[in-house]
Amino acid sequence: MSLEAAAFWGLALVLLASGLAVVLSKNLFHSVLYLALALVATAGLFLLLQAEFLAAVQILLYAGGVITIVVFAIVVTERLVGERLVQTNRGIVNGGLVSLAVLIAIIIFVTRATLPQTPPPPPADLTQAIGRDLLTRFVLPFELLAVLFLAALLGALFFARKEE
Amino acid sequence: MVPESYYTALSAILFTIGVVGVLVRRNPLVIFMSIELMLNAANLALVAFGHRFGAADAQVLAFFVMTVAAAEVAVGLAIIVTIFRLRRRLSVDELSIMRW
Repeated sequence: MSLEAAAFWGLALVLLASGLAVVLSKNLFHSVLYLALALVATAGLFLLLQAEFLAAVQILLYAGGVITIVVFAIVVTERLVGERLVQTNRGIVNGGLVSLAVLIAIIIFVTRATLPQTPPPPPADLTQAIGRDLLTRFVLPFELLAVLFLAALLGALFFARKEE
Repeated sequence: MVPESYYTALSAILFTIGVVGVLVRRNPLVIFMSIELMLNAANLALVAFGHRFGAADAQVLAFFVMTVAAAEVAVGLAIIVTIFRLRRRLSVDELSIMRW
């Protein structure tokens, strides 16, 4: 087995196990730690797919930013509620059936897709290509993203303000 | 060389795990984490297909998904914390104050 295949199977195993742990773990705090592990494993898979830029963004933005915010939210709500947060389930059978249907639908769609048999050679410097695309072809969504961030900032501030 | 179909299969399974979490769990914070898991799975599929097509577009799209997810986390968690502050309840089954 080549090094790449070994890395893929190892990361895939970690990703699936931690993904399941996020959903199944009883302790909320364990869930968020497993989520961090899953996000880092995904960053590793991005590296295997030669997406170094995305791997870096994934670790900085997700594992750094999002996880921190979720940890804060858990700590704050546990203090507000005054008890340990434990999880409960509802409708396991229905949820399982719907999830199975979703999985089958995804597999049908993916297997019907037509892919090029041999991958064309990627651009010499993919990160450079991403940067150029961001400010040329995708400049409108890029600027809209800035507006969205401003709206999100104002929204979060609105909810965090003191009650009058 | 690991074929891209393995990555898409992995992404499909991960997405399904996220769907299970959203449907089965009652705590809004766990539902939130499951949504992150699903977005992550979609990103993985995007990057895998982008690798196959040898284009940078997929990675730009995945980058947009990540940033929108970060904005969503900021506002969503603020809403959840506010609801906890007002209601002191843990279950999404009892959250119907935004229904009309």
